[in-house]
Amino acid sequence: MTANALPHAARRGDKRPTRGNGIRSGEGRYGWLFTAPAIIIIGVFLVLPIFLALWVSVSDWSGLGSPINSQVGFVGAKNYQSVLTAGGLAEQTFGTSIRNNLWFVVFVVPLQTAIALFLAVQVNRRLLRARGFFRTAFYFPSVTSAVAITGIFIFLFASSGAVNQIIAALGGTGPTWFADSRGIFHIVASWFGVGNNPPALSGTALLELSWWDWLSGPSVAMCVIIILVVFTTSGTFMLLFLAALQNIGGEIEEAALVDGAGPFRKFFGVTLPMLKPILFTVLTLGLIGTWQIFDQIYILGGGKPANTTLTPAFLAYQTSFKSLNWGDGAAISFILFAIIVVLTALQRIILRDRSNKERLDKPLARLLRDDSIRSNGGAQ
Amino acid sequence: MSTTALPAEVDTAIQATIKAQLPVRRAGRRSAWQRYRVGPILSYAMLILFAAIYIYPFLVALSGSFKTDADATANPLQLIPRDWSFAAYTRLFTNVPLPLWAMNSIIVTVVVTVCRVFLDSLAAYALSRLSFRGRTLIFSSLIAVMSVPNVVLLIPRFLVLKQFGMYDTYMGMIIPLIVDAGGIFIMKQFFESIPVSVEEAARIDGAGIFRTFWTIVLPMARPALVTLFILSFQGSWNEFGSFIVSTQSPGLRTLTTGIAGLFSGQLGSGNQFPLKLAAAILMTIPVAVIFFIFQRKIMNTTEGGEKG
Repeated sequence: MTANALPHAARRGDKRPTRGNGIRSGEGRYGWLFTAPAIIIIGVFLVLPIFLALWVSVSDWSGLGSPINSQVGFVGAKNYQSVLTAGGLAEQTFGTSIRNNLWFVVFVVPLQTAIALFLAVQVNRRLLRARGFFRTAFYFPSVTSAVAITGIFIFLFASSGAVNQIIAALGGTGPTWFADSRGIFHIVASWFGVGNNPPALSGTALLELSWWDWLSGPSVAMCVIIILVVFTTSGTFMLLFLAALQNIGGEIEEAALVDGAGPFRKFFGVTLPMLKPILFTVLTLGLIGTWQIFDQIYILGGGKPANTTLTPAFLAYQTSFKSLNWGDGAAISFILFAIIVVLTALQRIILRDRSNKERLDKPLARLLRDDSIRSNGGAQ
Repeated sequence: MSTTALPAEVDTAIQATIKAQLPVRRAGRRSAWQRYRVGPILSYAMLILFAAIYIYPFLVALSGSFKTDADATANPLQLIPRDWSFAAYTRLFTNVPLPLWAMNSIIVTVVVTVCRVFLDSLAAYALSRLSFRGRTLIFSSLIAVMSVPNVVLLIPRFLVLKQFGMYDTYMGMIIPLIVDAGGIFIMKQFFESIPVSVEEAARIDGAGIFRTFWTIVLPMARPALVTLFILSFQGSWNEFGSFIVSTQSPGLRTLTTGIAGLFSGQLGSGNQFPLKLAAAILMTIPVAVIFFIFQRKIMNTTEGGEKG
């Protein structure tokens, strides 16, 4: 990637002879010497562990002694089957964790992207007073630890906490956030008189969960985690958007304004199309990141209430370290890994398609531009 | 790309088409445009509202940490405590082993940050400037490794630490973190952006490879080093999952693992909000200090490069 983007300096070395008594003598030795610590550490604590865990995921290792000894047997795909197809509790729990995480992704990714983009556009305006203050305010949650923020949210969303007092002041009654396992779509359904687990949806759909369960939406407790994560990530993504906006520079947008485009049209017709690459980066990072949520789940009680905040990342940890079912835990880890890899690949493919679609977008852009010229004429 | 005006005839022709095709949408657009003339006021209001939402949790937490248990529970929104109480902070330093946790956090953070900044730039220098067999292979392996998500590594890392007898030791907490592929990537990008001529001059003058790196290249790379320092400091200070799987004894708890224990109810009865909030505030101070020192740097660089 970068090697292609910035080839001059790196390539220059390649063209010269590596041996001899020139100033480049000894580079081979130093090259390996300088990279050795990195290679060893990453090899031993990143690459090797993955292979060890891959072995554990297809073995019957009980957690006692070393996983590499003659008494540990190879069991093939048994551990993967027990969480994917065996039809038992393990599969149902895994299905629940996938359901939870899917809803988490569906809510967090669009929210954090939209808010980050909105904030970036707002704090990028040159005439804004106290720009530095606003940027700091929005970015600060991103630098603090997930542990501290989660602690603060436990306080804010307590049953008589700050959020519920605000809701009460507005005339409503807040839920007991962390103890409420009802899915928000189930709650909405109940307003329309749809009872629990209607016959039409009670059939088992996938991973031992019924359609009704899959369609629950995030639980009320999960909603707190959704808000928490959007709160902490939107600042980071705001900075990414901001950097991109600064690269674009103000001239084009100013030109659009001079031509009479309103801020609304300027944003959708001029700014947003130019932000497309960074938008996809943010979406990809969001998709990958949201499948990795762990710290917050751990601190909030590991899936409570009723497993509705359980995620695959935490379930892998719990299955291994708490239930001591190492094979299943490692298998869940690798399924999660596969999900993340597939999502990344998918995003790449879509991104590639997008560049072809650019041609379709052009007429629309022209339409908007000509439209703005007309408005300008009207104003004169 | 600039928005140069089209010839008037083309312009009117296109407008006619637009009008014919999108009469309803046009009406909507115009009113939207007019409505947004109040834009500045509206967007200030929105920004202030958002800023309040982003700042308020920290203010509430700060004031809550100085309240009594009963006051914090009953009046969570009030920013000025009814009776100022420092009991939470006193307890953190007497009943809770917070100083021990803080010391562990400091040890881990300092060692990890120093090692990371040094080893990452060392490797990055070799990958960007020295020509040697296998360089491309090393670099492409690093890129592949970067895409392995951290949570997937929790169980594997535990297995390896256990295998090497490093489980539940400082070594086991620190060593896996002292190099990171992302940092190497940032440094490599930076080294490639600075001209090679200065180094070549030094080398011709007889300076060795390490000396060239140490006295010529590193000082020039200060902006990237600062970025790497900030990321490493923040990353290791806030690290949680890795410590959960590499330690179990209370003596090795850091602020993150220790305070996470507090939050999930190790202290027995009552919600003890002031204590928890005080802990959250205290652990935030070091990253907040770093953040405010390097604020300009953090906010102005296109530091997203390392993530994208």
